[in-house]
Amino acid sequence: MARAALRRRLSWLSAPVLEIHRETARTSRIVLDPPAWPGHQPGQHLDVRLTAPDGYTAQRSYSIASAPEAPYVELIVDCLPDGEVSPHLTQELRPGDDLEIRGPFGGWFVWHAGLGGPLQLVGGGSGVVPFLAMLDHHRAAGSDVPVRLLYSARSLAEVIRREGLAELDGKVQVDLALTREAPPGWTGVTGRIDRAVLSRLTYPPEAEPQVFVCGPTGFVDAVASAMIGLGHPSKKIKTERFGATGGT
Amino acid sequence: MNEPPAEEPTVDRTAERRLDGNAVTGALAELFAVDIVPADCTCAHCGRTGPLAQYDLYADSPALVLRCAGCTGVVLRYSSAGGRIRLDLSGARLLVIRLPEEP
Repeated sequence: MARAALRRRLSWLSAPVLEIHRETARTSRIVLDPPAWPGHQPGQHLDVRLTAPDGYTAQRSYSIASAPEAPYVELIVDCLPDGEVSPHLTQELRPGDDLEIRGPFGGWFVWHAGLGGPLQLVGGGSGVVPFLAMLDHHRAAGSDVPVRLLYSARSLAEVIRREGLAELDGKVQVDLALTREAPPGWTGVTGRIDRAVLSRLTYPPEAEPQVFVCGPTGFVDAVASAMIGLGHPSKKIKTERFGATGGT
Repeated sequence: MNEPPAEEPTVDRTAERRLDGNAVTGALAELFAVDIVPADCTCAHCGRTGPLAQYDLYADSPALVLRCAGCTGVVLRYSSAGGRIRLDLSGARLLVIRLPEEP
């Protein structure tokens, strides 16, 4: 391959930051307006690169939170105090700054209305982010596919886009599981999502759902193996575990 | 997708570093004209076959390393540094890539 052609494929875009909002105590929503954005599918991610004045670079992948139908590209970033990239994104980045990105990427962990259902989503913490893109797309496309989301968060205050999830229509059922702290009178699930919870609050294998699981590695491991234990074929379960990529 | 959480000190750090193969998509797009992450890959060590997306990715070493989820053998190593891309596919016996359907 010619060097110039190879270089083009490496291209990073400079995306202006339009807005940054505090989503929860730990997460921020970053609204980007990348030039000549080719469009994306719900569930895809993009890579973000930060470059220090001395040339040191750090790179991470983030799921896209917005639907393809949205006017801008949005990320929801969980601030990890020991992180190399997320503190910058959530605390130092300002509207008007540029963010270096490339993408969108991922032909695997994607769902769009044409792929049918039923659709079973299981998210832990900010693992719900790619599912927000899927749910918004589901609504924008007027899809009739039945959807269930089982979403595990530490507390109600840490539920990302809590009000938006409550407003979803009858085709989408959302169940929350709170692992650390539940408010008085909470009737939903408390504690970690285990096989019994999955059996009660997700589609059974007979419904032949497409299952997507996203979250921290331990969460995804536990949920995916429990779903296989319940009888879902592994090829119907798509997983996405968190973490740093690149590290250059 | 996000950075790994800093909490949970009792977890196995090696296990916690493990990601899914789909996180390697951006890096492989530097080189491949099509997205090979959904492609079926046969592990040269044990013969297990499945989408590269479902292999285990270790992204914090000098190269990106994909290991078989069945036998933990290395199937792919990829690095892009110093003006060179290095690709080791010796652990992948076969890649089957589905072409997009003709319109």
